[in-house]
Amino acid sequence: MSRAADSSATRPKIWHLRLYIAGQTPRSIAALANLKRISEEHLTGRYKIEVVDLLENPQLAKGDQILAVPTLVKDVPPPLRKIIGDLSDTERVLVGLDLRPA
Amino acid sequence: MTGSSDAVPSAALRKVPTGIQGFDEITEGGLPKGRVSLVAGAAGSGKTVLAMSFLVNGAEKFDEPGLFVSFEETSRDLETNFASQGFDLKHLQKQGLLALDHIHVERNEFEETGDYDLEGLFVRLGADIDAIKAKRVVLDTIEVLFSAFTNEVIVRSEIKRLFQWLADKGVTAIVTGESGEKTISRHGLEEYVADFVVVLTHLVNDETATRRLRIVKYRGSAHGTNEFSFLIDRRGISVLPISSLRLHHEASSKRLSTGIARLDEMLGGKGVYRGSSVLVSGTAGTGKTSIAAHFVDAACRRGEKALYFAFEESPAQIARDMASIGLDLDQWLKKGLLRIHAERPQNTGLEMHLVRMNREIEEFAPSVTVVDPITNLTSIGTFSSVRSTLTRMIDAMKSRQITALFTSLTEGGASPEATDVGVSSLMDAWVLLRNLELAGERTRGLYVLKARGMAHSNQIREFVLSSDGVDLLDLYAGTEGFLTGAARSAKEAEDRAEALSLARAIEETEHEVARKRKLMAAELERLKAQYEAEIESLENSVSEQRMRQEALQSSKAAVRAARGDGGARASTRKSSPPRGSRKPKMRP
Repeated sequence: MSRAADSSATRPKIWHLRLYIAGQTPRSIAALANLKRISEEHLTGRYKIEVVDLLENPQLAKGDQILAVPTLVKDVPPPLRKIIGDLSDTERVLVGLDLRPA
Repeated sequence: MTGSSDAVPSAALRKVPTGIQGFDEITEGGLPKGRVSLVAGAAGSGKTVLAMSFLVNGAEKFDEPGLFVSFEETSRDLETNFASQGFDLKHLQKQGLLALDHIHVERNEFEETGDYDLEGLFVRLGADIDAIKAKRVVLDTIEVLFSAFTNEVIVRSEIKRLFQWLADKGVTAIVTGESGEKTISRHGLEEYVADFVVVLTHLVNDETATRRLRIVKYRGSAHGTNEFSFLIDRRGISVLPISSLRLHHEASSKRLSTGIARLDEMLGGKGVYRGSSVLVSGTAGTGKTSIAAHFVDAACRRGEKALYFAFEESPAQIARDMASIGLDLDQWLKKGLLRIHAERPQNTGLEMHLVRMNREIEEFAPSVTVVDPITNLTSIGTFSSVRSTLTRMIDAMKSRQITALFTSLTEGGASPEATDVGVSSLMDAWVLLRNLELAGERTRGLYVLKARGMAHSNQIREFVLSSDGVDLLDLYAGTEGFLTGAARSAKEAEDRAEALSLARAIEETEHEVARKRKLMAAELERLKAQYEAEIESLENSVSEQRMRQEALQSSKAAVRAARGDGGARASTRKSSPPRGSRKPKMRP
């Protein structure tokens, strides 16, 4: 884990994390909490979280082809990754974010 | 179970017409309104076309905006592909009557961590529907969702929820799905959730592709359960049967002329019933096309439209050939009263062909139709498929009160009655043409084998083609059978001569009889006189002999009295017969 964190640390960059939700459901609240926790632990100071509520901005569902909610989209740094679910499985989130080899 | 319960009371299910030719007939009105229908089939079976037709017709014919959500093809691909079907999707989008949305989903592109739902899809669909106030929605192909997400339990429950959600939205929706091996859809889910399920298949038989559809389920509605053929071509989709499946058509009592006066006469004196179907069958060269041409010519003369399906000849060829028997079909072609649709059915396959014919009929709306010959249809389909499609064809024409004439080519060797029997039962009237070969000449005979609902002639007529058209002549009926043509003329002349000589002979004989009678009377007189004379002379001699006998006896008595009995005994012994008869007995 530290090795992955080190290699990404050599090129300092901000992780853009966009979390799509549809209303303040228990699942979306849990997802956001999980995301914040994981980001703090593994991307301390190098992340930016944007929450998109599709109920407020339905047209935004098209851009990232969002079907499932919650969906976490990471496009910076590339490659684009999508992680769906309430992000309760930290290991899988890290794999999905390329923070840990699969 | 599905929504919009407020809009639909307990009354009959409301339906949304698809505008697809034939489809609304077999579904008795279209798809269930405000509900979700499943169109299942293998790749290339026509699911997308059927679904898109539903939307385009909705937009164009019923002014109902439609949303097409594609999980596979991009909007641009759809626009391009459907342009070849004659659908101008771009134009409809500009008018706000159609929206295309391509939802790109890649297989397993997501990392899944924990619980989720597909609310994102719902939100997106909701936004799309609201944007154009869509009344019709298509999701093509829904099971992409199964490959995109690994948690099948979630996908299943979300698809169920989607169906309910669409119904609650008040839209009439089609979802398409790949057909599965054991279930209708691959995941065996959609057919349970949908209120209407139709399965499309695409089979290739004898190098001819046939598309068929079958309605598997229609919750709350009656529907045909048969397989129906359908066709996809430049003008979209159409389904056979073209018209009602029942014998509902009215039977007209109006008659119309066949264009041949003597044939009308044979058909109860007034020709065929309007809306009936007539079969004209015969071997090659018996004049079927000529009869058909008279039939359309008569219709055009009445100012009615005639549609002629020619499977063997080109329009120009028919017009030229008919000009040779005095029928000017060109004038009707120019006036637009006659249309000749020439095509070899072998080029397209039976189903396709019948659908095309039906389209022509629908477009041109003729009063009479000729199919020349139906035999060419048999060459491209099995007997039963030809029969069933022909039945539908006839039904379609009857329901439109179109009088149809079908010609049928019978094989030389076979009995004409036997070979046509399959289709003849569908026909109201059957005119049979046959070649009659006699005395080195070939002539044509015509008779009416059946004619429903009319007293028809049972006579065989000679069928004559001349530059003045078709004429029917009475056959020569005589002791030697029926004679036609030159043989008939010769025979008639012969008969006249024979009759003449006979009359003369009779006269002579009668004269002879009179003469004989006179002769007989004269002879009788003569004989009588002769015999009377003989009798008289014989009587005279008898009395003379008696006198001599008396004289002799009196003289003998005088002698006996004079010398006794002796001399009389010796004379009786000499004349006794026993002596003479004994002689022949001793000889053998």
